[in-house]
Amino acid sequence: MGLLKISQAIIHDPAQGINGSVGDLWIKDGVMCPPPTDLTVVPDRVLDARGLVAMAGGVDMHCHIAGPKVNLARKLRPEDKRAALPIRRTTLTRSGTVGSVPSTFATGYLYAGMGYTTAIDAAIPPLSARHAHQEFQDIPILDKGFLILLGNNHYALRQIAQGEAGRLKDFAAWILKASGAFGIKLVNPGGIENWKSGIRSMTDLDTTVAHFGCTARQIITSLAQTVMDLGLPHAAHIHCNNLGIPGNFATTLATMQALEGRRAHFTHIQFHSYGGHPDDQSLFCSETARLADYFNRNKNLTTDVGQVLFGETTSMTGDGPVGYYLSKITGRKWANSDTEMEAGCGIVPITYKEKSFVHALQWAIGLEWYLLVDDPWRIAMSTDHPNGASFLAYPEIIAQLMSKNYRDEILARVHPKVAEKSHLRELNREYTLNEIAIITRAAPARMLGLAHKGHLSPGADGDVVLYQPDHDRRRMFEFPRYVVKSGVVVVDNAEIRQTPAGQLFHVAPGHDHAALPDIRKWFDSFYTIGFDNYPVDESYFGHHSQMGCGGSLES
Amino acid sequence: MASTPIPTLSVVYPNRVCNQCGCVCDDIALTVEAGNITKADNACDMGQAWFLAKHSDPVDGALAWVKGQPVSLKAAIDTAAEILVQARYPLIFGLADLPCEAQRQAVGLADRVGACLDTTLSDEHGAFDTAFQEVGEVTCSLGEVKNRADLVIFWGTDPVTSHPRHGERFSLDAKGLFTPRGRADRFVVVVDVLETATAKQADVFLKIQKGCDFEALWALRAMVRGIPLRESIQKQTGIEDTALAGLSERMKSCRFGILFFGPGLCATRGRHKNAEAALLLVKDLNDYTRFYAKPMSGPGNVSGAENVVCWQTGYPPGVHFGQGFPRFNSGEFSAKEILGRGEADAAMMVAIDPKAPFSDAIKKRLAALPTVLLTSDAENLLTPGVGFRPTVSILTAPYTISGGGTVFRMDDTPLPLRPVRSSPRPNAKDVLAMIEKRIEELQTQKRVAMQNEKGPR
Ligand code: SF4
Ligand SMILES: [Zn+2]
Repeated sequence: MGLLKISQAIIHDPAQGINGSVGDLWIKDGVMCPPPTDLTVVPDRVLDARGLVAMAGGVDMHCHIAGPKVNLARKLRPEDKRAALPIRRTTLTRSGTVGSVPSTFATGYLYAGMGYTTAIDAAIPPLSARHAHQEFQDIPILDKGFLILLGNNHYALRQIAQGEAGRLKDFAAWILKASGAFGIKLVNPGGIENWKSGIRSMTDLDTTVAHFGCTARQIITSLAQTVMDLGLPHAAHIHCNNLGIPGNFATTLATMQALEGRRAHFTHIQFHSYGGHPDDQSLFCSETARLADYFNRNKNLTTDVGQVLFGETTSMTGDGPVGYYLSKITGRKWANSDTEMEAGCGIVPITYKEKSFVHALQWAIGLEWYLLVDDPWRIAMSTDHPNGASFLAYPEIIAQLMSKNYRDEILARVHPKVAEKSHLRELNREYTLNEIAIITRAAPARMLGLAHKGHLSPGADGDVVLYQPDHDRRRMFEFPRYVVKSGVVVVDNAEIRQTPAGQLFHVAPGHDHAALPDIRKWFDSFYTIGFDNYPVDESYFGHHSQMGCGGSLES
Repeated sequence: MASTPIPTLSVVYPNRVCNQCGCVCDDIALTVEAGNITKADNACDMGQAWFLAKHSDPVDGALAWVKGQPVSLKAAIDTAAEILVQARYPLIFGLADLPCEAQRQAVGLADRVGACLDTTLSDEHGAFDTAFQEVGEVTCSLGEVKNRADLVIFWGTDPVTSHPRHGERFSLDAKGLFTPRGRADRFVVVVDVLETATAKQADVFLKIQKGCDFEALWALRAMVRGIPLRESIQKQTGIEDTALAGLSERMKSCRFGILFFGPGLCATRGRHKNAEAALLLVKDLNDYTRFYAKPMSGPGNVSGAENVVCWQTGYPPGVHFGQGFPRFNSGEFSAKEILGRGEADAAMMVAIDPKAPFSDAIKKRLAALPTVLLTSDAENLLTPGVGFRPTVSILTAPYTISGGGTVFRMDDTPLPLRPVRSSPRPNAKDVLAMIEKRIEELQTQKRVAMQNEKGPR
């Protein structure tokens, strides 16, 4: 790999407080390094970056790009791919298909082509970890990791109900390691288990989980505490109860309060910020302001948006009941796949329409979040790909965030009631390039606890994107001039030049071995695969780095 | 030294995987003595028969053949690569009996030569995929059935015969978290054209006329929704209307129902519409309770192939790479249709299901083409489908016991294979990689030659 010099770039590196000053960047053997002190050193390659904006590689902290649910969605939707331009085979690259759920190789090329070098899949049932790892190996270039679903895991629910914090912690540590996961995700905590056992009423924080006896509140606080006790790099990643249901902001607010200062990440918050009443669509409105106000004051919380954009996409979620209700609303085909002891899953095609009041308000609510959160270091850009839109929409979101005029143009086109039911029109804020660099790489990397990502100081991964400045922000961010991944130029002028494999980020916190016999007994009784066949060994990981776990940090 | 004979070392490998049927049992304890498997504890008779059979090593000392003559592996690989590079419309099919790692390699090979890629010669998998793509599917992993199901319906499938441990592990006697009494906690219904072995264990057996699945399923949909039938359909289905009505009530009132159906459902008149009816019935039932559908799949790693092809191309099998990117059209790009229409000018068969015989017409087509066969099944080697001689045959290692890798259960649950003995035969994955590498060389040579022909610009 050798020594790469990127010369005379306009650098935006908010982690170092660098805001558009011109300078050189050096990468040695894939890692950012200080300029050589010996002035006679000749770099192996120089990229002339005069006039180009440099940022660290983009980091997507919440997307759905691999695993059983994503693959089922691919299979379900041939029509979605036929409407999109395919990716053609070259001597260097594999062919693929796009649409809302791209095939694996295509996923790697498309993310890299847009300047993203890291992506975290947010929802893998641990039982399917072995599948997810194999797909990861067929997604080139990107560094990857995944979160496992624990908010409805039977063994976890049982420990929570019995107040066995120690056993819960040991189990969490064991299952993270066994699945090669990066972190812990809660999806509709307790609500999926209730749905699976036939209960259809809404799940609130104090709803009891059938057969187990614990409440959603207990699941949320116990797992958030467990994540902190284990010192995982990333906080508990929470998809709240009652996603998509009018009036759900109250659940979301109650969840934030229930944490009582514990660290937590609230994902696709847009889908959880609705006012109104489930039975009366006319009352549907935005409650972003109230939630954002609480969020701004409570620094233990971080969030990503789950922005909705107009067009055709696929809703896919570990939140099984959401799939059912969406299929009822849209009348479209519905795939559901429940995983024993662990998780649910629902997939439904969806078309977000400008003229739909609900859809347009969802769009506005997402933007409100970006514009109402004071500290960009606590909010990350996401579409919850592909739920709100494809990850390919990120440049469009950037364009909207950077121009109030552009937002007003769209607002004028969409359903007229949206202006009245949201605050979007009054929000004059426009993002700067540095703030864009924060919410698309620096902040998500920091929230994930990836110390070597999202910035350009020496020691960081040599992931650098060079953009041609353009008033058309969308074009600027859609087609970077160069993308460098770990010191390798992977994209040059919108063409893939090399396809390194990318690495896996995972954790392996320690646990008490005395906890294992009870877990084994549970497996032998209720799982349908053997305890000894459950752990995924390192042969599935490819290039990987195990992230350190720091022990209890703060509370 | 005293000449005490060395006792034959016998090693037991627990938790090994059998995939002779879609149950993919992973609790098999294999005893290996002197390189042979002598015991396969926990396996059913079908599994035992496979494990204890001779997975003997080379055949007459050879591993590869060209036109029936033994050759070196390299020579066979070179010939295979030439066949695929020269072909204008190569067809690659099989993949069903390979670990996922080799399947990934095979899809890459198909991509490189612009082949048409399919799994089996049957068209039932395509018909089911069509139904799935039309209406979706409400499904679950088999442990959900074990832990929750209080109503189990087998429609056109006889697992007691075809999936011997299905009942014990998942669907009949299995005791689960919310089904602690096993069989006593379940009501079991069989709908079939014959009184099968499974039917004998059912609480209710409904004998249906052959080819009338759609009528019965559609009538059940109406009954579930409370729509009365205008006239009796007993004459068509052979089932009393009241029995169907009883079933519909049972379906609505259970706590967790599962409808397992056989691949035969798509084989009769109506084809994918039959599966669609089943999937829609199950979907409708979710307005009242939790209900799931699950097609039964056969031996090998068919589910793995479906998944691998899908994640690499975006489509289930039946994919055409001829234009440089994946296109999918069930029927048009199915192996059976392509051979039937005489479109392919070369064919590569990779780990085809040895239990699925070729029709005479297909054998005739294949006999006339340059063909490449990769198989671990020695009996199927020189005259596959008992009928024609492949141009190139390569014998690969029995992956279940020798190769390692991943297989998927019929419910898409992935399981690890761990080798219990080594094999002098090469792994299919490595052979595929070597063929692809050779193809790459040939393609580069071809490009260079074409450029030279054009002369300097
Ligand atoms: S039931 Fe199927 S997988 Fe299980 S041992 Fe028998 S043949 Fe093998
Ligand atoms: Zn998500």
